[in-house]
Amino acid sequence: MEKSLNWREFIITRLIKASGYSAILFVALIFFFLVREGLPTLGEVELKSLTGTRWYPIEDYFGILPLITGSLIITIGAGLIAVPFGIGTAVYISEIAPRWVREILKPLVELLGGLPSVVLGFLGILVLSPFLRVFLDLPTGLTALAGSILLGAISVPTVVSVAEDALDSVPRSYREGAWALGATRWQTIWRVTLPAARSGVLTAVMLGVGRSIGETMTVMMVTGNAPVLAVKLGSIFSPVRTMTATIAAEMGEVANGSTHYHVLFFIGMVLFLISLAVNIAASSVVFRARKRAERILS
Amino acid sequence: MKRIFTLNRHLSQRIGFTAITLMAFATVVPIVATIIYILIQGAPSISLEFLTAYPYDGMRAGGILPAIIGTLYLTVGTAIFSVPLGIAAAIYLSEYASDTPLTRTIRIAIINLAGIPSVVYGLFGLGLFVLFLNFGTSILAASLTLSIMTLPIIISTAEESLRSVPQAFRTVSISLGATRWQTIRRIVLKEALPGILTGVILGLERAAGETAPILFTGAAFFLPRLPGSPFDATMALPYHLFVISTQVPEMPIQIQYGTALVLLVFVLSMNLIATFIRSRARARRQW
Repeated sequence: MEKSLNWREFIITRLIKASGYSAILFVALIFFFLVREGLPTLGEVELKSLTGTRWYPIEDYFGILPLITGSLIITIGAGLIAVPFGIGTAVYISEIAPRWVREILKPLVELLGGLPSVVLGFLGILVLSPFLRVFLDLPTGLTALAGSILLGAISVPTVVSVAEDALDSVPRSYREGAWALGATRWQTIWRVTLPAARSGVLTAVMLGVGRSIGETMTVMMVTGNAPVLAVKLGSIFSPVRTMTATIAAEMGEVANGSTHYHVLFFIGMVLFLISLAVNIAASSVVFRARKRAERILS
Repeated sequence: MKRIFTLNRHLSQRIGFTAITLMAFATVVPIVATIIYILIQGAPSISLEFLTAYPYDGMRAGGILPAIIGTLYLTVGTAIFSVPLGIAAAIYLSEYASDTPLTRTIRIAIINLAGIPSVVYGLFGLGLFVLFLNFGTSILAASLTLSIMTLPIIISTAEESLRSVPQAFRTVSISLGATRWQTIRRIVLKEALPGILTGVILGLERAAGETAPILFTGAAFFLPRLPGSPFDATMALPYHLFVISTQVPEMPIQIQYGTALVLLVFVLSMNLIATFIRSRARARRQW
């Protein structure tokens, strides 16, 4: 009895440990397969062509610059929407709203996070882009702007929940100190609470941006998918195409092992590295902030 | 002078609060409006036939049964892989791991898994499961891809829930002669169950609504019958909505809204269940 119990305990402990390590294994596996299928690109396509401005795979033009600028312009647009609205909502929920309003708003924002991106894309096609076309008098409503608005909506829940956590974890004594010195609640929010939570708020912004770079279905459905170089300010009103949408739209139609296939994996590798950089940067901000807090409090 | 100063302070607070409140409502109102809009537009097309019949006439008529069943299969398939693995990993992080460089690496890996774009998961699934392991475009390959994607959600919520169980519970159990695993299984897991369940449902909700990871790993454009084995491709609600709203010309708008409604109800009911479990557990908690 005693012995069999020990055996079971031993095996279960091992299994649990292995599961714990599995996350590292998966990240490594993902990177390995992206490199394995994506790196041959460098041997097959000249670097000059790869960094060119023309994406037209049928004639072997694999310039990924238009796709990068497409992702960039939509991400910036989404950030301009998600950051102010996300932080504003987080401030409202954490600092201003009465308790019962908070109890309603928080699940609603989480609900937005749960809406499938394909549903938002669907409404983008049927509602948002016709509206933009008429309202702004554009030749087509399927533009970078439509993508930015919807991506903004998709990243808002990420920004809200991380920023709200950060604001929530600012000790109450900070606020009480400011009030005692005669500051209004508004002054306290701007000069005490937000600055104290700034690393968490910064993390929220970075994770929100990371979310919008990686979003696929919505942008594929509403941005018109034209791989043109988007460098002018007016590009926001014209169709663009992102890196994610390119992979999603074209991977289904390429022959396994072809150059086009390798290039699509190469783009995936670039996306992977971007998200890796964003997430490591975001978590190191939190880590540094925690160290600083420990130093101050000790 | 002083009076004006204080007035301004309070005036600016009034203006600021109003602005922030408006912003919060500008964020929330469109969410509610979106859901209500789809409910209203989609409701007329919901009928028994729509839910239980196969599509025909190039998907322009009939029902969406294969897509509903396909999404169910994919959700269950995802759960089979991600739930045990995710909970075990959470147990490791909360109950076994100490703060070593290895543990920190695991945490960074989990954060990164959460941030990887969904379409990159699709590429990975294509490379590893479909081609390298030769599962083909199948429910199995798609479920495995989706489970790795949901893993970070399940791990982080389950770990948080395990950690919130007071240390005293463990100390008492161990002092009564229970082994570590007995303590975890009978005390810690039992107490943390509602929180873990919430995380699992939220993770599966994400999997059920995703399209990009299954695009090249398991989704089928159209199937005249239900998949017979895990090695068959399957239709799925999110992919079906994508297909009928962008790829099929002259698609009746009613079917599109109806499909969107069914997907929304599928996903949101999971969300509501998770919220309900969590709030009930919070209200009941005695420590």
